[in-house]
This record gives sequence, C-alpha cells and structure tokens, in this order.
Amino acid sequence: MKTFEYRTATAASAVLAPDAAFLAGGTNLVDLMKLGVATPDVLVDVTKLPLDRITDLPDGGLRVGATVRNSDLAADPRIRERYPVLSQALLAGASGQLRNMATTGGNLLQRTRCTYFMDPSTPCNKRAPGSGCPARAGDHRNLAILGGSEACIATHPSDMAVALAALGAQVRVESATGERTIAVTELHRLPGDRPDLDTVLDHGEMITAVDLPALPFATRSAYRKARDRASYAFAVGSVAAALDVADGLVRDVRLAWGAVAPRPWRATTAERLLRGRPATHENFLAAADEELRAARPLRDNAYKTTLTRNLTAAVLTRLASAGEAR
Amino acid sequence: MTRGFIRHFPGNLSEVKLIVNGVEYEFDLDPRTTLLDLLREHLGLTGAKKGCDHGQCGACTVLLDGRRVNSCLILAVAQQGAEVTTVEGLGTAERPHPVQRGFLDHDGFQCGYCTPGQICSAVGMLDEVKQGRPSAVTTPGDDLLSDAEIRERMSGNLCRCGAYPNMVPAIRQAAGE
Ligand SMILES: Cc1cc2nc3c(=O)[nH]c(=O)nc-3n(C[C@H](O)[C@H](O)[C@H](O)COP(=O)(O)OP(=O)(O)OC[C@H]3O[C@@H](n4cnc5c(N)ncnc54)[C@H](O)[C@@H]3O)c2cc1C
Ligand code: SF4
Ligand code: FES
Ligand code: FES
Repeated sequence: MKTFEYRTATAASAVLAPDAAFLAGGTNLVDLMKLGVATPDVLVDVTKLPLDRITDLPDGGLRVGATVRNSDLAADPRIRERYPVLSQALLAGASGQLRNMATTGGNLLQRTRCTYFMDPSTPCNKRAPGSGCPARAGDHRNLAILGGSEACIATHPSDMAVALAALGAQVRVESATGERTIAVTELHRLPGDRPDLDTVLDHGEMITAVDLPALPFATRSAYRKARDRASYAFAVGSVAAALDVADGLVRDVRLAWGAVAPRPWRATTAERLLRGRPATHENFLAAADEELRAARPLRDNAYKTTLTRNLTAAVLTRLASAGEAR
Repeated sequence: MTRGFIRHFPGNLSEVKLIVNGVEYEFDLDPRTTLLDLLREHLGLTGAKKGCDHGQCGACTVLLDGRRVNSCLILAVAQQGAEVTTVEGLGTAERPHPVQRGFLDHDGFQCGYCTPGQICSAVGMLDEVKQGRPSAVTTPGDDLLSDAEIRERMSGNLCRCGAYPNMVPAIRQAAGE
C-alpha cells in the first residue's frame, strides 16, 4: 500500500486537497488501497463528524446521516416500519461485520466489483482511462445489461442504493463552495466515454446525509436479491419495489433494479405502464419486458434479462397479495 | 491497568491509543497499519487470523467497542481511543467464555483456523440478537435463534473445513447462558 497521511475531517465545508480522499468505514477504500487501485496521499476521516444520526423530517420523511452504519440503519425501528425495502436491502448486503463498519455515504460511493477494475495488472478504462475494456470480450458475467457504453459495462454493486432509488431518496452534499441536493438516481453517471467518473460529485464534495421522502405506501415494499450463494455475496440481480394497490388496480408503484447497470436502475418505464392497470403477474411481466427493451446483453450476461424480469414479477405479485406490509 | 509503549517505525508515524483486552497501549504507527496487523505483529495476539486480508472470510473478526468487525479492513489510526476485544480477551482455558464452551461442547471446529473469528463473531452476533436486531431472514415474531437465523447471521465467517453444522448448536447453547 502506498503511504498516506491520516487526518480527521473538521467540517463538511472544508477544502479537500487534490490527492486526498474521504475515509468512512474503509471497507471498500482500504481494500482498494491494498490492491493499489486507490492511491490517495491523504485520507480525511469523516466518521468523527456528527453525521451519525437518523432524524425525523417535518413531512414525515427521515434524514439519514452519512456516517450512520449500515447495521444501525437496517435495525432502526422507523426504517423497518416505514421503509422495509431499505432495511431488507441493507441486510441482504455484505456481512454482519462489514455492515457494522459500512456507512450510508460510503455504501453509495463504493466502486464496481468488476474483476479488471480491481486488478491493476490488467487494462481498464475506469481505472486507467484509455487503456481499454477487457470485460467486453472477457469476464462480464456480472456486468451491465443496461446503461453501459463501448468504454465500460461496470455495474454498481450496492444493494442499499437500489432501495434508495425506489424510494426516491435525495442525497445531500456539501463542500467549500456550498451545499446541494442530488436525486440518488442522478448521483451515479452512465459511463459514456468517461467511465473514470463514477458520479456527478466534484472532488471535495462530501455526502452529509440522505433524505427519505414520506412515502406512506412504502410500508408495503420489499427487496429481493439473487446471488451465487445464499448469503454474503454480491447480487447478480435484485429488485426493490413498493406497491400501492386499490381494488385490484395499481394506484402507485416504485421499482428499481440492482446489478444490471452502472447505477441503481429506476424502472420508470415499467412504473408508468403499471399505474392504473390491474395488479396481475402478467402485467408485471409485461412492464418489466418494456423496461428491458433497452437491454444490451453480451455473451455471458443475457441471463440477467430473464432473471430481472422474473424477480420483478415475483416481488410485485407478492406485494400485491400481501394484505399487510411486513 | 498497565501501559505499554510500542515504537517501531521510523518516518511518517501517527500516535494511536487503544485499549486491547482491557490493557491500554500507545503506539507510534505507520498509518497503513491495519488493526489486524497491529494485533498480530505488534502485540503478538495471533488469535485473529489473516485469511484473505480483504473482508471476505471473517477470520480476522474482533470486537471493536463491543461490535464485531473485520480487523483487516480497519486502519488502526482511525480507531483512536477504541476498545478492542480479541479471542484472547474473551476467556481463559480455565474459564472459557460461554461461546468458547459451546464450541468445545459441540465440537464446533476442525482445524481451528477460522475459530477465533467465528467465536468473536458469535459473541457480537448474540449481542445483536439480544438487542432485537433483524437479519435478512427475520420475519417479525420469529425466533431470532432458529437454525436459519444463526446460519444467516454467521454468514460473514467462512470455514474451509466446513465445520458449520456443529457451530449452530454451539452458539445456541451459549445464547442460553
Ligand atoms: C467481502 C465484501 C462483500 C460485500 N458485499 C456487499 C453486498 O453484498 N452488497 C453491498 O451493497 N455491498 C457489499 N459490500 C460493499 C460494502 O457495502 C461497502 O464496502 C461499504 O458500504 C462501503 O462503505 P464504507 O463506509 O466502508 O466506505 P469507504 O470504504 O470508507 O468509502 C467508499 C468510498 O466512498 C467515499 N466516501 C465515503 N464516505 C463519504 C462521504 N460522506 N462523502 C463523500 N465520499 C465518501 C470514499 O472516499 C470512498 O471512495 C461488500 C464488501 C466486501 C468487502
Ligand atoms: S467494464 Fe468498466 S470497470 Fe470493468 S474492465 Fe471495462 S472499463 Fe474497467
Ligand atoms: S482476513 Fe479479514 S475478512 Fe478475511
Ligand atoms: S475449522 Fe478449519 S477452517 Fe474452520
């Protein structure tokens, strides 16, 4: 590991030196530093800032501080009751030990698990711009079917972010130049010809919190994750959904997919198709198919199209038939 | 409480105070030192193992301020003033911790390599259960110590020998104590 200087952040509005990086739980950044993928000169630890609280918002929503640990967020009674999809997504990710360190901000900004990205001995446009993308012809079994580009087909690996996308969460960021709020669905960029830029954040912008809007029907919401083993593995496909059904018709629906795109994929086309329609398995499949028309699978990841389609219909069907939220 | 002063590294050093198994230490550390390396290389506490060094196996699990964590992904400099408990601090041969007793009574291991991590993880996990924290398989009202719950909650600890089956009753026995 390259050596660095360790500092603690004193304020979100402080200037971040050019080669400095924020450190939160370290479960992704320290790993990438060991691998030689991340080489910051300075680490600025954000976990000593008072950003570790979950507070009620006046409209009935919740503000989740950037350094709230994933395990504490998943266990919070307000999250479990009002946004079960978020609690479930968090608990489906990583392990008990990792969730005790991982933070809200760090989870959102964790980097792709593409094997080439994590191995500096190989080319990779995201890690070394212009060096090429060996994944296209090589190992892309768990890479993107939606939103990728010629230059990069990385997926964003977070489970939490998929639930946040479905819930319409807003990310609050702060830097020396001020504060702004970004929809979580707009936080991660599609790669285009700049796969080295994961997000729309400028250097030095710190995530301070994530705001969850009031969404009464999210009490009926769920997360389902498919993976290569029963637990402690990244998703190969996942679905976050909230459903409001009245008289057999979809009054409102929120749907987002994980492990299929460079960002948590909010399925707005499918949502639009479903509003006002009968809440049937058939309609759920048809809506997923419409959203998946944009899919561009490669040799070894076409299974994700079928997987996502079937997971979507299964989750929505179960939510439709669930008399009560859980 | 005894006080140790350990100064090993020349150059870019950071001062760190930690309480390990109830003993307070001050270190001058290379900032790259992980909590795992500090425990093993600087304090000679070799219970926590370096299985993968990337958060993937759980062999390095220790308790940090009472919560289970992977010590291989934690920079010691970031834990100023923290309390760390390793398997060495849980119990002794004469007076084992209930989880250690459970592993012995139920033969919850084979080669033993993953065991210190399993034991620390189980101690942290039982505390989470006591607090009523959910897991991915929890449905409200269910027994938080069912086989399925114990397996899911312990999934962050891999065992190359596959000694999983006996760990389940070992952990349940400890929960009852
Ligand atoms: C073995 C293993 C399995 C895993 N499995 C899963 C899984 O199944 N599902 C899943 O979703 N995740 C999984 N993870 C990933 C894990 O969830 C992330 O590593 C974790 O959420 C990152 O959070 P952190 O606080 O540790 O971030 P750090 O590692 O500290 O930081 C990550 C990035 O975010 C930046 N950053 C952190 N906080 C801020 C802030 N407040 N403002 C601006 N920038 C910030 C850092 O500079 C860094 O670039 C797994 C990880 C491992 C090691
Ligand atoms: S898919 Fe993206 S991250 Fe993976 S090798 Fe290609 S450019 Fe790199
Ligand atoms: S050595 Fe830390 S998780 Fe494997
Ligand atoms: S007992 Fe051998 S690795 Fe678990």
